[in-house]
Amino acid sequence: MCTSSCHVIKRGLAVAGFLVLTSCGGGVGTSGPCALMSCGGPPSNITVFAAASLQPAFDKIAVRVKSQYYLATTFNYAGTQTLTTQLIQGAQADVFASADTVHMTTVQNGGLVGGDTRVFAHNKLEIAVERGNPKRIRSLADLARSGLVVVLADPSVPAGKYAQEALANAHVTVHPASLEPQVTGVLSKVAFGEADAGIVYVSDIVTSGKVDGIAIPDTQNVIADYSIARLNSAWNRAGADEFFAYVLSSQGQAILSGAGFDTV
Amino acid sequence: MAAAGLLLFLLPLAGLIIRAPWGQVGPALVAPETMTALGLSLFCSVTATVVALVLGIPLAVVLARTHGTLRSLLRALTTLPMVLPPVVGGVALLLAFGRRGLIGAPLYQAFGIQIAFTTAAAVIAETFVAMPFLVIAVEGGLRSMDHRYEEAARALGAGSWRVFARVTLPLLRPAIFSGAVLCWARALGEFGATITFAGNLPGRTQTMPLAVYVANETHPEGAIALSLILLAVSLAILIGMRDRWLGSL
Amino acid sequence: MSLHASIRVQRNGFALDVDLEVGAGETVAVLGPNGAGKTTLLRALAGLVPIDGRVELDGEVLDDSAAGRHVLTEHRRVGLVFQDHALFPHMTVLDNVAFGLRRDSSRIAREWLDRAGLADKAHAMPRELSGGQAQRVALLRTLATEPRLLLLDEPLSALDVTIRAEVRRELSRQLSGFQGVRILVTHDPLEAMALADRLVVLEQGKVVQTGSPAEVTARPRSRFVADLAGVNLLRGRGRGRHVELEGGAMLTAAEAGEGDVFAVIHPRAVALFLAKPEGTPRNVWRGRAEDLDLQGERVRVRLSGTVPLVAEVTPSAVRELHLDAGAEVWVAVKATEISVYRA
Repeated sequence: MCTSSCHVIKRGLAVAGFLVLTSCGGGVGTSGPCALMSCGGPPSNITVFAAASLQPAFDKIAVRVKSQYYLATTFNYAGTQTLTTQLIQGAQADVFASADTVHMTTVQNGGLVGGDTRVFAHNKLEIAVERGNPKRIRSLADLARSGLVVVLADPSVPAGKYAQEALANAHVTVHPASLEPQVTGVLSKVAFGEADAGIVYVSDIVTSGKVDGIAIPDTQNVIADYSIARLNSAWNRAGADEFFAYVLSSQGQAILSGAGFDTV
Repeated sequence: MAAAGLLLFLLPLAGLIIRAPWGQVGPALVAPETMTALGLSLFCSVTATVVALVLGIPLAVVLARTHGTLRSLLRALTTLPMVLPPVVGGVALLLAFGRRGLIGAPLYQAFGIQIAFTTAAAVIAETFVAMPFLVIAVEGGLRSMDHRYEEAARALGAGSWRVFARVTLPLLRPAIFSGAVLCWARALGEFGATITFAGNLPGRTQTMPLAVYVANETHPEGAIALSLILLAVSLAILIGMRDRWLGSL
Repeated sequence: MSLHASIRVQRNGFALDVDLEVGAGETVAVLGPNGAGKTTLLRALAGLVPIDGRVELDGEVLDDSAAGRHVLTEHRRVGLVFQDHALFPHMTVLDNVAFGLRRDSSRIAREWLDRAGLADKAHAMPRELSGGQAQRVALLRTLATEPRLLLLDEPLSALDVTIRAEVRRELSRQLSGFQGVRILVTHDPLEAMALADRLVVLEQGKVVQTGSPAEVTARPRSRFVADLAGVNLLRGRGRGRHVELEGGAMLTAAEAGEGDVFAVIHPRAVALFLAKPEGTPRNVWRGRAEDLDLQGERVRVRLSGTVPLVAEVTPSAVRELHLDAGAEVWVAVKATEISVYRA
């Protein structure tokens, strides 16, 4: 769903793209849709630091961006905290996509962001259960049932922190069997049948494909706002622009939606 | 070449010590979570070593006494955990001892026992990855041992048990000791199999390596402080033990 | 308490085939070159090596491959003393000696040590003992268990030559007090002569000669024994008073008999001349001195030629004849100095 300002931007970018297209001289280092023009030389490159939960969606976006803009993308997927630390310490990247606005603000306050930051997707929490939901779990309240083995993400990662919030919103006390430092740990334990339930992002459940998801009502849920920005340390500003624009474009949004995110 | 090897060990260590936020070590040391994780780490690693000794020494004896293809097979089996990535080892343990696992399923169905997420699971994970070190060391000791002492003992009328207890084992002390130290050190540092099979819960399964990993997510300096504490404790134990055991030989 | 053994062992291309009878109180020395199978024989008797055959000791069948019977080493009451003592390094001398004893072990062990004059070493560790002391303790350790068969594997060879004599005397003392069967493996002729009642010569897994030390050395039947006895051994066909050697040369002896024979010539009986001698010696050949070896007051000259021999002469004779390696000489042996016997 594109707002009017979004349309303006899209048109502006199209004009810019047209200008770049006509000035395409071929050779290494020039960005632009050289695939259409077969300018010769390798594609240009950008580095994207992105939250781990974005991997399936962004990998797909990278393929499209490669064919459409002749732009190769190198990803650094990691926890948002880790990426923030790396950027503050001086790591070089062209684009940063974080799993919450807090960390984006930190990076922005560090003067590392060029241009504006945009929320490009939302992620919500969902209860992960075994295929077929054999324990008949319907809500967060069910997680407090005695005898149920529940696994959560550790509060040090966003998904874990939000899970605690959601449980508090629902006034439910859960005694987890494990606080996984990686969300994949929660998923695999549920998928193996070792845990009866876990709380993860909707996108995690879609990506995994091995577990079923039980929705959490928005009143209890915590919405994570994913934010994207181009960085001052970018070596390939044009490429960063293209990636940034694609993520916000309807095609990019469609890919994100397919991966389980709520689009903007 | 030797100097290069030494540097490879010393440089990261030096980096850790020089860049350490020493001011944070104090508070980290007294924080209850740290003590819990440290205590749990020591308990699990020592227990794992004891289990490894009880199971591993007989295994080493069998290995040293078999020959041919059977021996190659047994050898491959016992060294497999050394070759497997620890996380894969954890998955294997789940497949064997999890609620749906080969052994775990009947246990769960009959008695409602779930092994994963318990301290026992952490011990099992550590034993799984660390025992091969002990077995290899003891087997090596047995193979290079002079067997005439055992023959002399038999000629003097000692049966197999007596020969083993009074001659073989005492002569194996150096190999058992070095194997146990390697085993304990490996168990202490174990992460992948533990987190995959036992999970991470402070007080029950969160050993120091897990605590460091979790701390690293939110405050890396705290993680370094924890690492230093673990390093210091390990060194203290290793140095303290060396004199006691090797001195009496 | 006698031993009847018929032992065949096959391993790594080596075959041992020995029949052995030893009476109570008898000391048999098993002699032979390296690799002859002496140690294998001892280990087989101790039950450490699987065999084909039968071993009976003191009326009890210890091994019978036909009947599938094999008594384990620990139940045989057979004592084994190794070349380098094999005392348990982690136990004191007293604990070592007491190891094989059932009850009252400390007291009995101490008595043995007292009798051997080693009581002051009771609480020492094996590594603190000298070679001779350690070997004596190893012997005590075995004797204390009162075995029926005592097997000694080259008990003196690891010791310094200087202390060997002393330990040999002690060994002789202990052995004379020992009631059972004693089998001693050695390659030292002095040891064999001093300690054994009977010699068994083993070569390449087979017994080539047996008899009392005097018999065996007087009539060696193999190069090994001849070297041990220090004599020249030749082999050939007897024809009346002549022996035709392999290679064609003829020996004239006092009497030779017929058929396959051995001829023994003591090096002392070999005379050397610069010019061809004319006299009574019937056996005269040309030869070449290959090397000379001074041994005490004698010189041993190794000769090559028609009949390869070792001669023993005085150092002054060597000087007078200007004998050097490579010198050509005439060799003479009196017929009466050649002893011939059936092969």
